[in-house]
Amino acid sequence: MSILDIRHLSKSFGKHQVLTDINFSVEKGDVTSIIGASGSGKSTLLRCINLLETPSGGEILYHGENILSMKKSEAAYRARVGMVFQSFNLFYNMNVLENCVIGQTRVLRKKRKEAVETAIRFLNQVGMTPFVKAKPAQLSGGQKQRVAIARAMAMSPEVLLFDEPTSALDPEMVGEVLAVMQKLAQDGMTMLVVTHEMAFARDVSNHVVFMHEGVIREEGDPKQLFAKPQTEEMRSFLSRFREQ
Amino acid sequence: MDKLIQLGSEIASLWQKSGLQYLRGAGDTILLAVIATLAGCVIGFACGILQTIPVRQRDNAFKKTVVGIVKAIVRVYVEVFRGTPMILQAVFVYFAIPFFSNNAVRLDVTTAAYLVVSINTGAYMAETVRGGILSIDKGQTEGAKAIGMTHFQTMLFVILPQTLRNILPQIGNNLIINIKDTSVMFIIGYTELFAVHKALVGGNYLYFPSAVITMGIYLILTLTCSLLLRLMERKMDGPANFDVATTDSLAHTSGMYSFVKKRGARS
Repeated sequence: MSILDIRHLSKSFGKHQVLTDINFSVEKGDVTSIIGASGSGKSTLLRCINLLETPSGGEILYHGENILSMKKSEAAYRARVGMVFQSFNLFYNMNVLENCVIGQTRVLRKKRKEAVETAIRFLNQVGMTPFVKAKPAQLSGGQKQRVAIARAMAMSPEVLLFDEPTSALDPEMVGEVLAVMQKLAQDGMTMLVVTHEMAFARDVSNHVVFMHEGVIREEGDPKQLFAKPQTEEMRSFLSRFREQ
Repeated sequence: MDKLIQLGSEIASLWQKSGLQYLRGAGDTILLAVIATLAGCVIGFACGILQTIPVRQRDNAFKKTVVGIVKAIVRVYVEVFRGTPMILQAVFVYFAIPFFSNNAVRLDVTTAAYLVVSINTGAYMAETVRGGILSIDKGQTEGAKAIGMTHFQTMLFVILPQTLRNILPQIGNNLIINIKDTSVMFIIGYTELFAVHKALVGGNYLYFPSAVITMGIYLILTLTCSLLLRLMERKMDGPANFDVATTDSLAHTSGMYSFVKKRGARS
C-alpha cells in the first residue's frame, strides 16, 4: 500500500481555484520532485498534504486512511510527516540542539538523554554538530536549513516534505543543502520535494510531477520526462532553464 | 536661596520625624505594584492565549460556539476595565460588593486593592500579550505544527517565550505605571506612599516638603525597577557570542558565519 495517496484533491482560496483534481501517490523510498512555474500550486499542494492548508475537496490517504475525516488529532499525523520550509522556521528562542530535541521530548515523549543522542546523530549527518549551542539568528541560511532538516529527521518521520528548501538561499549555500538532501535520498528516505532545482529533480528523484495552473500536466520517470516532454507547457517551462 | 535652605531643613526634620512612615508606605506601594503586575501578567497571558485560539472551518459547531463565547467575555472584560478609571473600579469593588450582597461578602481594604490593581493591569496586559503573539512570525507556528505540536504546546514552548521577550518593555511600563497609579487606592483607605503623605500633611501642614520627599521616593522606586528590567532583558537575550568547536565541513565558505560582536563593542 502507498504511504500517501492523493485523490481528487482540490483547493480554492475564495473564488480562486488553486488546485484542481490532483491525483498521485507516494510509495516507500520514493523521491518525488514537484516542479512547475511559480503560482502553479506546488507549495499549496505540499501544505495541503501537511494540513497547513485545509483542502476544499478530495482525499489524502495515509496508509489507506483518509486524514481529512480522521478522528485522531492532526498533530499525531504531522509528527509522522516531516516538513522543511523555504523560510526554515527554526525556533528563535532555542539553540540548535534544543530545536532538534523539543519535538522528541514533547511530542514523541522520549527521554531527554535519548532525544539529545538522536539530535546529535542527525546534526552530525548535516554537519552542524559544531553549532549545537548557536541560536538560529547566528547561522547562515544554508546552515539554518540543514538544522531544519535535522530537526525534521530527528522525529523519525515516514515521509519528509520539502517546500522549496533552497529558494531563499544565496547561490553558494544551495550546494550544501542539496548535498544533505541527496544523502537522505540515497539512505532510502521517502521524500516529496517542491523545487526549482532541475538538476536535483532529474538526477536525484525517481519520480517527477509537473504542475501547471493547479493541474498535474505530466508525471513519471525523470529521465524520460526531461528528455521527451509531452506537453507544450512542460517544453516551454524547461526551455526557460536551458536558456540560462 | 533662603527659601531653599528653609525647605531643606524642613525636609530634614520631617524625614527625621516620619521617615519610617514614608518607608513603610513605600514598601506597601512597591509590594502592591509588583504583585498586582505579576498577577496582571498571568491574567493577560491567559486572556491573550484565549483570544488567539484558532477557529477553522473544519471544527465542529460546539467548539466554535464555546470559543466564540469565551472570546466575547474576554473582549468585554478588557474593554470595561481599560475604559473606566481605576479609582472608580476600587470604589465599586470595595463598596458595591458588600452593598449588593447585603454585607455577606465584604473585602478588606488590602484584598480589594490587590484585586482591583491586578484585574486592571490584566486588562491592559491582555491586549499587550495579544499584540505580542500576533507579532511573532507565522512561520514559527507552522514550524511547531509541522513537528506535531498541539496548539497548546506551540504556544507554551515556542510562541509565548518569544512573546514574553518582546513585551518585556511593556510589562516594565505597566509596573512603573502601577507604582505611581496605586496612589489612587487611598480612596478606599489603602495606606500606600501617597496615603502616608496625605495623612502626614493633614497634621503638620508641611505640604511642599512632604511632596518633595514622596516624589523622591517614587522616583527611586521607578528608577530601580527600570534598571532591574533592563538587566532581565539582557539576561533573556543570552550571550551575544557562541563557541564553535571546529569549522563547518559542509559549507564551502567556512567562516561565513558571523561572530556577533559583544554588546557595546565598537567595530
